[in-house]
Amino acid sequence: MKALVVGRNLPRFVAARVASALGSGRGAGIGPLQLLDAVAPDRPGDDWFPLRPLLSGICGSDLATLDGRTSRYFEDLVSFPFVPGHEVVGVLDDGGTDHAGRTLAPGTRAVIEPVLGCAPRHIRPPCTQCGSGHTGLCGNLASGALAPGLQTGFCTDTGGGWSTAPLMAHTSQLHAVPDALSDQDAVLIEPTACAVHAALSSRVADGDLVAVVGAGTLGLTTVAALHSVVRPTAPCTVVVGAKHPRQRELAASLGADQVVPPDQLARAVRRRAGSLVLSGRLTEGADVVFDCVGTSASITEALTLVRPRGRVVLVGMPGKVGVDLAPLWHRELTLVGAYAYGSEAAPEPGGPDRRTFEVAIDLVGSAGLGRLVSALYPLERYEEALVHAGAAGRRGAVKVAFDLRNPKGRTR
Amino acid sequence: MSPRPGFVLDVDSSTPPTLFWHGERFSLEKLPEGSRVIYAPEPEEALADPQAAIRHALTHPEGDRDPLPALLFPGMKLTIAFDDISLPLPPMERPDVRQLVMEQVLDLAAEAGVDDVELIVALALHRRMTEPELRHAIGDRIYDAFAPNGLLTQHDAEDRDNLVHLGMTDHGEDVEINRRAAESDLLVYVNINLVAMDGGHKSVATGLASYTSLRHHHNPATMRKSTSFMDQHRSELHTANWRMGRLIRDAGVTVFQIETTLNTDTFPDSFKFLQKREWEWKAKDRIGYLGAAAALDRMPARYARRLFHSVRAPHRMTSVQAGEVEAVHAITTENVWAQQGVVVEGQTDILTMGLPYISPYNVNSILNPILVACLGLGYFFNLYRGRPLVREGGVLIMTHPTPWEFNPVHHPSYIDFFEQVLSETTDPTEVADRFEEGFATDPWYIHLYRTGHAYHGVHPFYMWYWCAHALEHLGAVIIVGGDPKAVHRLGFRAASTLADALEMAQDVVGPSPTLTHLHAPPILMADVQ
Repeated sequence: MKALVVGRNLPRFVAARVASALGSGRGAGIGPLQLLDAVAPDRPGDDWFPLRPLLSGICGSDLATLDGRTSRYFEDLVSFPFVPGHEVVGVLDDGGTDHAGRTLAPGTRAVIEPVLGCAPRHIRPPCTQCGSGHTGLCGNLASGALAPGLQTGFCTDTGGGWSTAPLMAHTSQLHAVPDALSDQDAVLIEPTACAVHAALSSRVADGDLVAVVGAGTLGLTTVAALHSVVRPTAPCTVVVGAKHPRQRELAASLGADQVVPPDQLARAVRRRAGSLVLSGRLTEGADVVFDCVGTSASITEALTLVRPRGRVVLVGMPGKVGVDLAPLWHRELTLVGAYAYGSEAAPEPGGPDRRTFEVAIDLVGSAGLGRLVSALYPLERYEEALVHAGAAGRRGAVKVAFDLRNPKGRTR
Repeated sequence: MSPRPGFVLDVDSSTPPTLFWHGERFSLEKLPEGSRVIYAPEPEEALADPQAAIRHALTHPEGDRDPLPALLFPGMKLTIAFDDISLPLPPMERPDVRQLVMEQVLDLAAEAGVDDVELIVALALHRRMTEPELRHAIGDRIYDAFAPNGLLTQHDAEDRDNLVHLGMTDHGEDVEINRRAAESDLLVYVNINLVAMDGGHKSVATGLASYTSLRHHHNPATMRKSTSFMDQHRSELHTANWRMGRLIRDAGVTVFQIETTLNTDTFPDSFKFLQKREWEWKAKDRIGYLGAAAALDRMPARYARRLFHSVRAPHRMTSVQAGEVEAVHAITTENVWAQQGVVVEGQTDILTMGLPYISPYNVNSILNPILVACLGLGYFFNLYRGRPLVREGGVLIMTHPTPWEFNPVHHPSYIDFFEQVLSETTDPTEVADRFEEGFATDPWYIHLYRTGHAYHGVHPFYMWYWCAHALEHLGAVIIVGGDPKAVHRLGFRAASTLADALEMAQDVVGPSPTLTHLHAPPILMADVQ
């Protein structure tokens, strides 16, 4: 069994950072990631179950880590060495128990909700956020029974998805995958849950104009979430700025009302908002803007697209950015983050809350999001896989994942 | 020696290559034997004494209208409206005809003791003219006398306070025009009738109208029923304008129409070869062509554009008539046809045309892709009387670089139209139904139209509607040498060479097609028998 492992090795991080100047993922061969013989992690407790990965996606945050571009904010929320991979569909060879206490038979496919909050850390009573279902906001990510790690895939004790050896999944993390979903569908559940959480927490209202900046995995799943999860109760118009032709096709098919190249997004929003333009900025604009990129440029753009008192939702993981906040102050904008998932309020007052993952599982199935998986690589070809993921949009791809089902490896 | 009339050349083995415009460049193309090339008539003799001719026209009006001096009296309100930057093409050498005419009108007004005089640029939904453009059109003397005092204004079709609704035609068309013009004791309109389409009731009913009024005839249905715009009696566009013009007349607006025609002397000496027949080129013409072609090929597009837009045409006035609108226009139309008409026997399977750098809507600007389409399909295609030059289901081949490039000051709504409307549909009716109102009422476009130098938000729609007749008639449109992405966005086919285009055209019209080349500019109008 093999696993890709990230070690604490400063020179290799520096080398990866330098190489990534040529393109994200370019530093895979000289960076902190190494393909090693895998050892399954110890079971941290009886409520943990081994999950043998089938597919594991490469996320933008993984690339940022391997490129040495991650914010230092996360330094204490990671423990080395760790096996990356938090977008995982796997199989419970020995069975287990899911987040709701249901028994899962041996051979059940499952996905993990990777946040390592109070429950996996055996912290009783849970923190306020975990207690109210917002596990993504847990304040104990470096405490309790586990080494620091904000998610599976960044914690040395749990293992991760980029391995043919099982990772350890806490019962609170497990969600069975319906038979109707393919492995490709299932590996999209985690990023889709991020999008669902962003969409549902964005306060999009009936008749709103919504702009989505970026159409990678997060942008496209956000479009899908807006279409299928938000629109039934808050019909809205969704305009997407997508750089690459394949992204534009997918955004349109997932429910965007209008998809334009990025340099046309401001004009498209302006026209739909009936806005004037002052000093290159819209006087009106979109009610809500989702930034699904997370760069200085994309956040700056989002701030120009939104109307006064509108909301900019950061869905893509930003690092240290340089942004002129004068418009935020002057136009009384709300800039809000949307990280991970937890519980989502019912659309109707008084209805039951649902785990974000449950909503995402439904959405992945209904929208057929497995089609966003563009390429599968065996672990041995991780350098190619990371370069492909780093240039996904340009190469007509969306989600690139590791295929851990076949020891011989294949791509498609 | 009188100028030679237009000419249709049958291409044979001895025929030299034919000049094709290609935006700010041109090339020589060998046309297949058996092709026809239509050449414009040579420029008519200019009026020997234009000042005297104008004076005569003003004092000897056509139709039921008193001489201008008899219509002028102290205390009256006089408004002089005149054509905007879209005429003539290219802009003419100084003095512009508008200046010559308006100076005499103003002299007569002064002699009559009229002191309430205002000048209005009749720009409909076109962009506002700049000061240098206005000075060029009406001369420094008039500009300096009126502009500083706020007496030279540009028609604002969005200024609700300065519009007046005069009524509805019997076809349910709103007639809403400039209030100052409508409420004047006399409205003098000064035209440059470059083509047969210009002038008549269209001058006031379109040039001084609002969107509310214009939308009744600037729409796909009207344009499809205008076969062609150059033939007033078969043009629904004109029929609607005539209805409106008569309503304006019946509402009590007294119009003193002045129309002028120009000869086809289009290019200065350095570019004279452009209006000559190739087999008659002298050594000077050949050297001129080679030098210009080589220089332009090496010149960045923006410099070539600047060079061409600095060209001033040596057009000269060939006639001037004044008086009652319809009587005046009948004479003008005859004069225009006399200068530009060429009898052509029968239609053709393939019509080729080289598109130049300029159209009515990009003076001092970029011929963007929508204007390329409009110039080819809206204007050149419609330069006919009788039947279109190309048969139904035939192919139109145009040569133009068609860059995906826009002037954001002049054509802001064109950018959005190209990006957002044509990416969804190119069908003029669907374009109108789904998108027109949103663009027409967009506050940003209205702001730019009213305060900057932008065409109105709805203007690109009108350009697309101008193409409606041709789009319905043709089997295919091919652009040679255009930006393929821009060409495809227009819904046309892209070819890299004329030979490729001819091969592609045969897929539509069959083998051994007939081919006719429209050798314009200079402007000509085909009287297709």
